[in-house]
Amino acid sequence: MTNITEKLELFEVFVRSKRGLDHKHVGSLHAEDHEQALEYARDCYTRRSEGVSIWVVKSADICSSQEDDADCFYDPNDDKPYRHATYYVLPDPVNNM
Amino acid sequence: MSDQIKNATQEYATRLGDDSVVLGHRISEWVSYGPFLEEDIAYGNVSLDYIGRARMFYTYAAELANDGRDEDDFAFMRNDREYRNLLLMEMPKGDFAYSQVRQLFADVYYTVLLPELLQSKDETLAAIAAKAIKETKYHLRRSRDWVLRLGDGTEESHKRAQKAVDQLWGYTHELFDMDETEQLLADEGIGVDVSKLRDAWLQMVSDILTEATLTVPEDSWAVRGGRTGYHTENLGHMLTEMQIVHRSFPGCKW
Amino acid sequence: MTPQEENFMRKIEAEEKIEPKDWMPEQYRKNLIRQISQHAHSEVIGMQPEGNWITRAPSLRRKAVLLSKVQDEAGHGLYLYSACETLGISRSEMIEQLQSGKAKYSSIFNYPTLTWADVGAIGWLVDGAAIVNQVSLQRTSYGPYSRGMIRICKEESFHQRQGYEAILALAKGSPEQKAMAQDALDRFYWPALMMFGPHDSESAHSQKSMEWKIKRETNDDLRQKFVDQTVKQIEVLGLDHPDKNIKWNEERGHYDSSDLNWDEFWSVINGNGHCNRQRIEHHVAAHDEGEWVRDALSAYNEKKRAKKAQNAA
Repeated sequence: MTNITEKLELFEVFVRSKRGLDHKHVGSLHAEDHEQALEYARDCYTRRSEGVSIWVVKSADICSSQEDDADCFYDPNDDKPYRHATYYVLPDPVNNM
Repeated sequence: MSDQIKNATQEYATRLGDDSVVLGHRISEWVSYGPFLEEDIAYGNVSLDYIGRARMFYTYAAELANDGRDEDDFAFMRNDREYRNLLLMEMPKGDFAYSQVRQLFADVYYTVLLPELLQSKDETLAAIAAKAIKETKYHLRRSRDWVLRLGDGTEESHKRAQKAVDQLWGYTHELFDMDETEQLLADEGIGVDVSKLRDAWLQMVSDILTEATLTVPEDSWAVRGGRTGYHTENLGHMLTEMQIVHRSFPGCKW
Repeated sequence: MTPQEENFMRKIEAEEKIEPKDWMPEQYRKNLIRQISQHAHSEVIGMQPEGNWITRAPSLRRKAVLLSKVQDEAGHGLYLYSACETLGISRSEMIEQLQSGKAKYSSIFNYPTLTWADVGAIGWLVDGAAIVNQVSLQRTSYGPYSRGMIRICKEESFHQRQGYEAILALAKGSPEQKAMAQDALDRFYWPALMMFGPHDSESAHSQKSMEWKIKRETNDDLRQKFVDQTVKQIEVLGLDHPDKNIKWNEERGHYDSSDLNWDEFWSVINGNGHCNRQRIEHHVAAHDEGEWVRDALSAYNEKKRAKKAQNAA
């Protein structure tokens, strides 16, 4: 059995399928560099759409927070109810705001 | 359209269709044999583009022929002596370097040819060219990148790429030949005078090969005959495989 | 239960997705890696039986459609490898597992495709069975797997429709074409039913998979769904149903059907299918032959990086 070594790096792919929308994470692929990753992303993730925008980022470059460490990193949203529209009671005729 | 022009245009569309279906078929032979998954998917897209072109050219040829035939009659019911594709397209799939070098030669060819075809007085041919130009831009980026990587990669890839260049070079001269039919069409502003395209093709190809640290071969040999149905032994086997099911059930619909 | 385990089970019960950086039981991770990677391997190996007919497709339209379909399978493999890599295993390792036999792929692909009609039968029955399974998996608890499945399902219905259309053309065609279609149906019907796996009572992983909502419905329930939907499809084709015991059961609201030949099922999985060795050998050969290409890619990129560094200096 040959020794299989993977020399291709992992890239995350984000696609904006239509103008006005955000880029969405759609998956990942292996490529040698950013240019190749973009080309493959076009073939692998946008076979059914035209005029999209593709971002590729090396997976290793993505920094993320760990959800369960939330305490110090995020506000506890539930102690500031005045941030939410439902906090405010308005007369019926104008309640559609 | 005069009968003479009509027949010439039909012959021309058939040739362009043959080039497309043969090359499309050769590329499709790579499906599930690619060096890694992403490349398998990407190269498959190129094959689809060529098969799409073949369908458009054949459909037009069938329209002009107006004898009850359709695109599939053109593709599956003509034998290899009737096929009019360039020999370069029918060369086998070979190894990955061989395919990508052949692909490069074809992609540069279409890069210089299609903008001319876009100017055709024939609306259908011009429309097909318009669609194909967008695809070819992408195809060329791919094949150029691969030839650079293989030529300037490892010693092994360089050797294989150079071998491919040397083995395929003599089949490229035919790309720029003109005959009576194509001369007539060029004079009418319908077809392209490909003899005028060789310099541009050679410049582009040489630049890429040189950047890839590959040697551009001498023009010491040339094989020709595709446009007159005088093929290499490769085409017969290819068509045997391609046409077998269609021909085994004569007159059937799929 | 530790607080972590509690939090994990709370999310599962509340139908919240588990995402890559979340704490998860080691067995959950292992289970998912096994299931997702084997699903990915199936897509990739599945390219071979259908890919077998691309060069012989009998019309240009069928050629293009089949090529697109096989390409889609490759793409699905990619989405799934991608989802699996979020669990801490690399593509390299997964390929190694497939090629060494450590990881499995769906046994349906150990069957050969012998005629053009098989292409239609696979799209209709094999993809059809896969859809029944995959629609269910869209609600799986692991986020990347769920999103991958949603993406796949969007594309999958094209697969089943093109297969059915292809075999419909044959069933309504010449007597020879119809015979070819019947033969394909006869050979693929039972193996398609076997795709749902053994009875749940005999499946090693089923119970934990259900508890953790990796799997949402039982093998037998999914199989029943498929049997039910296929009856009408066979009728419309005008072909004979391969199961002579198929009969509507008013009380159950489902079709009663023959039990499967489980001996065949285990025999094929254990290496006696026509294509077991060939599928892996093909995959290994392509991968090995591609090594010099991947090496060249690497070398070229190294040179580019070095040049860039030099210019910057």
